[in-house]
Amino acid sequence: MTVDDSGRGPSEPAEPRRVGRSPSTARDIERYAGLFASRTRGMKSSAMRDMMAITARPEVISLAGGLPDTRSFPPDTFAAVANKIAAESCAKALQYGPTEGLPETIDCIAEVMAAEGMRVDADDMIVTTGGQQAIDLVTRALIDPGDVIIAEAPTYPGAVPSFTSYQADVVQIDVDSDGMRIDLMEEALDRLEREGRRPKFIYTVPSFQNPAGVTMSLPRRKRLVEVANEREILVLEDNPYGMLRYEGEPQTTLRSLDGGVFVMYLGTFSKILSPGIRLGWIVAPGPVLEKLNLGKQAADLCTSTLSQVMVSSYFDQVRWQDYVESLTEIYRGRRDTMLDALERHFPAQAEWTRPGGGLFIWATLPDFIDTTDLLARALQANVAFVPGEGAYMDGRGRNSMRLNFSGVDEDEIREGVRRIGKIVQEQVDLYGTLTGEQQAAVGPENQPDPGEGEGGRVVQMPRRRPGEERASS
Amino acid sequence: MLKGGSSLERQVSLKSGARVEEALERLGHEVVSIDVGPDLIERLRSAAPDAAYVALHGRDGEDGTVQELLEILGIPYTGSAVLACIRSMDKVLTKHLLHSEGIPTPEFFAFNETAFKRLGAAETLPAIEERLEFPIVVKPASGGSALGIKFARIAGDVPGSLVSAFSYDSKVLLERHVEGRDLAVSIVEGDDGPQALPVVEAVPRDEDFYDFEARYEIGRTEFVCPAQLPEGVTERAQELALAVYRLLGLYGFARVDLMLENATSELFVLEANAIPGLTPTSLLPQAAEAAGIEFDQLVGRILELAFARAGGAAAV
Repeated sequence: MTVDDSGRGPSEPAEPRRVGRSPSTARDIERYAGLFASRTRGMKSSAMRDMMAITARPEVISLAGGLPDTRSFPPDTFAAVANKIAAESCAKALQYGPTEGLPETIDCIAEVMAAEGMRVDADDMIVTTGGQQAIDLVTRALIDPGDVIIAEAPTYPGAVPSFTSYQADVVQIDVDSDGMRIDLMEEALDRLEREGRRPKFIYTVPSFQNPAGVTMSLPRRKRLVEVANEREILVLEDNPYGMLRYEGEPQTTLRSLDGGVFVMYLGTFSKILSPGIRLGWIVAPGPVLEKLNLGKQAADLCTSTLSQVMVSSYFDQVRWQDYVESLTEIYRGRRDTMLDALERHFPAQAEWTRPGGGLFIWATLPDFIDTTDLLARALQANVAFVPGEGAYMDGRGRNSMRLNFSGVDEDEIREGVRRIGKIVQEQVDLYGTLTGEQQAAVGPENQPDPGEGEGGRVVQMPRRRPGEERASS
Repeated sequence: MLKGGSSLERQVSLKSGARVEEALERLGHEVVSIDVGPDLIERLRSAAPDAAYVALHGRDGEDGTVQELLEILGIPYTGSAVLACIRSMDKVLTKHLLHSEGIPTPEFFAFNETAFKRLGAAETLPAIEERLEFPIVVKPASGGSALGIKFARIAGDVPGSLVSAFSYDSKVLLERHVEGRDLAVSIVEGDDGPQALPVVEAVPRDEDFYDFEARYEIGRTEFVCPAQLPEGVTERAQELALAVYRLLGLYGFARVDLMLENATSELFVLEANAIPGLTPTSLLPQAAEAAGIEFDQLVGRILELAFARAGGAAAV
């Protein structure tokens, strides 16, 4: 017979019940609200962001994330890397490291940059916790509240929280199929100069841009670097996708063109190896790098040593380019599938970019369709994308969407695009019925601007809706 | 504890659920938490709970669907029953009922997609626009958050606003915009029947940047409770809220949203919520607190009412 020595009946818990936090009350919220820094006021939650939480449900085909296909990484390689670390550098991997990064990891970075035509010295860079930290560190080092950052329109949605948390005033410059419109940027710089304001830096993703998928042409790259030098403005070149090229020739980086005088270069292992290891880097002019280093000490002292050792061990054991090549093969097929599906399933009034690399296609719908609302309908059909408004800070982008083709397989891409296309077509038809026009024609003001691009397709970038213009004026 | 689900208000539901769960544990209950999905019935059967605490918002959880399932399974559950859920989830139905009872609600017209697609309803839009005058509020019949609610300022905005609203529901309404103060009256059933809690007013923090969506964005709206209102308005708002509560047959707890029109000082009922949010920033817990009802007490009360309706004694 088993002796019950607990002295408790079967219905009683063996452990004291978990005592939760005391409930936070409205009073508490007010009390904490009084302690928040004013910069947190720019950090907004929104219904759209809440809605994005549903995109993670398993039944949803998500074309929303920017997830690399980590399923294709060979587990054997992972095991070999881990074993080698255990055998040879266990203590080191578990220890703190220098703020700027481990020398052997920096050597790997130099190798990756050399593959993209750049030569850097070990002391030109800091290894960061993902590319995202580099954006944060640069903004932290350069931006006082109200300072101007020049960014693309649309811009990388993930940069927006960094910019707003330092209370930057972001001026967005339209993008077409040749990347950021440098002519418009110069006009904006002139205007700012007249207002007595000098931007601190220009943020750009020149190759296979997130979210638009477009690539900046060489003439524009050259001009951008010239402008930066003439006006003495820093440039933050964010290049996570440069190696994921599915056609054409590699583009010369801004950093190569400028030699590192005004261009800060941001790279990452996220898209060529793994986003989970959270490893990026920033190359910057010495005095800037010093400030970034101090900022990094404040943020997290050093980047994960374990992750850094993993990268150097990985580079030691295999040819890293092989995995990038295999990813390129997979993504090229998925991009082609998505372009084909868009052609098949999206209505004639929709337009989209044709990226030569990277992870994203940017689609623009007739301007009566609000893509945040469209997402609600799409989620009912178990498919998701990123509404365009997150890529703008001025209310534009409402009729655009970012579609990712790296995270799901070709069958899912085809099915996901089909479902979205069906809903868009329904909305186009409904609008036609509501306005009495049998087909909602693309208005002349929405036609692509024929003046730009050397015969290339000009990216249709969204505009403010009429009602909103009135509201804000 | 039923929370989450696939509705657009999933996040709010998870927050409400987590907070209620802690309260239930402090009250000494054993809580099994279920994120509502295809395995709901299976999980309910295997958990065989004494009661289900429904902390779901929006589609499925607040529209009577989950309540119907709980009825079939014979599990006592919190909050309103099926019919009241259906009545309050559908703003069009709510407003028709209010209208028939003489409870003031902004003038409105409602359509389903079929009316436009098959019956040429678009031709009536000019007449509607004339009747309601701009700006016009266009919203889906269901849904408790800001999503899909548009503010048409000119005739040209109306078709796009309708397309947006139809993204959320096959039925939409066009409603006269009441310019005024945004009020909410929460109701909790007490020993002597439903009791109206102090009125909460939503005040936009930054007038310069005020826009229609601002009230729904955290940090852009300040909630004042009890609302500082002219003589008699608080009582009138509470009376109206209680009348709505009874009319719709709501049970346990609910929240009624109203507008106090600037031009006329009249109150108008916008909608009723069968399962208002219970997050730390939600209105009902704030109002309860102002009335001296602690959160745990509120949660305990709502649970007791579930047992009371089922005819059993509270198994505490």
